[in-house]
Amino acid sequence: MTAPGFYVIFWREMLAIRKKFWKFLSGSLVMPVLYLVTFGWGVGGNMRVGGGTYLEFVLPGIIALSAMNNSFNGVATTLNISKLYYKTIEEILVSPVSPWDIALGRVLAGCVRGMFSALLLIALGSILHVGIRFDLMFMAVLFLTTFAFGSLGVLAAMITKSHEDMANFSNVVILPMAFLSGTFFSPTHLPEPFASIIMAYPLTHASLSLRAIAAGADAPVASLAALVFYAALFFVLGGLTVKRLEI
Amino acid sequence: MIKIDGLTKKYNALTAVDRLDLSIADGEIFALLGPNGAGKTTTIRMLTTLASITGGRAIINGLDVEKTPIAVKKIIGLAPQGLNLEIELTAEENLEFHGRLHGMPARERRARIDELLDFAGIAEKRNELVSKLSGGMKRRLLIARAIMHRPKVLFLDEPTVGLDPQIRRKMWEMVLELKREGITVFLTTHYIEEADFLCDRVGIMNRGRLAALDSPAALKEKTGRYAVLCRQFEGCKPAFFASREEAVRFASGMEEDVTIRHTTLEDVFIHLTGEAFE
Repeated sequence: MTAPGFYVIFWREMLAIRKKFWKFLSGSLVMPVLYLVTFGWGVGGNMRVGGGTYLEFVLPGIIALSAMNNSFNGVATTLNISKLYYKTIEEILVSPVSPWDIALGRVLAGCVRGMFSALLLIALGSILHVGIRFDLMFMAVLFLTTFAFGSLGVLAAMITKSHEDMANFSNVVILPMAFLSGTFFSPTHLPEPFASIIMAYPLTHASLSLRAIAAGADAPVASLAALVFYAALFFVLGGLTVKRLEI
Repeated sequence: MIKIDGLTKKYNALTAVDRLDLSIADGEIFALLGPNGAGKTTTIRMLTTLASITGGRAIINGLDVEKTPIAVKKIIGLAPQGLNLEIELTAEENLEFHGRLHGMPARERRARIDELLDFAGIAEKRNELVSKLSGGMKRRLLIARAIMHRPKVLFLDEPTVGLDPQIRRKMWEMVLELKREGITVFLTTHYIEEADFLCDRVGIMNRGRLAALDSPAALKEKTGRYAVLCRQFEGCKPAFFASREEAVRFASGMEEDVTIRHTTLEDVFIHLTGEAFE
């Protein structure tokens, strides 16, 4: 019996991660810790939000943000380099693995990267005794979030024609989303049209869902539906761009 | 093994490959020669499904490249011009990944990896990261990887570019060994002596079209087996003759110093594609 195509692509990514695990680990840690120190203690050390500490409020948002960054960058950067610089994508494109398998294998590797960084934050949170709840549903939302942003990473890597394009994509799409998606504040306070724009961001729904679950409530159904919608949309678009890729 | 009818590739206004017709026999070594931009690599990219086909069609082993790309990918191997090995993986892992991509079972993969590392002469480097291998070793690994899944047709795009002459000769031995195993080899090259030495037939490509197609010996025969070259003058074109007597007669009528020698494939190449450079 031989492994399905997507698993072969996934296997190669895991092999690469294993080979540079310490680099991978430190790379996954830096940003979340910076965010935690800056916003958790630095900015919000004495603030209270909705009856809890600011740290309790901000941690689920930072987890969502970190999951997004690591899944998106982990897929987009490696795939973009493979397409533009090393040309290793050609080796995969001339093999009988289908474009959908290529996309799925890469996205799942992005899920591992994103969820790994989220788990590091969860571990950090429990060391610091931040009182938030993690359960299976929390993990499911995380998976959905990383799947959506991993897929967006495939799409970005396929449509950008240079490393500069890629940096631009990050600055125009990812960076505003990181700051505006209710990671650091509750998006309900914003005036129009910002409130509507923010509700269109997939990361907002990841933050809202994770925050609700962490506080012991159920995730809003509309946010879960939005995440499923974005995950499906980005994956289909990503797969189609792999299919149409010509080098 | 390969049958190409009217194969065409257009990039907007530019026609990179223009109605190419070609037929390559089972077990043949075939080379496309041509100046830069002649359309050699584009032809290989269409045949290996990496570039879409604008017009015409290509059949490999009875399979239509455009209609059944996955089936075609199973029976072809490609060693591209750029060294696109996974540099963060070892030599062995590169082969392992390729075997998995082609759905080879674990036992078969292991045996084939041992065999190919020997074939490429890098058995002792199997656990080295590719980034630490020399240029020649990388090239050999690239070919080993391309034949890992036992393809029927192997495409080599500029297989010896940038290699020392000694290593180039080793690569040629590798290619001839593949021919003995019955693999059809389709290669492009800048090195004319490479095509002359290796190939059963050569296609000379210029501006997207085939300018000539035959065995190296027949191409020289057609151009004229003897070449008369003058050295003093710039822009003095060589003259070709079918017999030594004609060549000598022509040469003795000339004022300046001339050389008479056998026509090389390079002479044929420049004779047919020369205008492209002027």
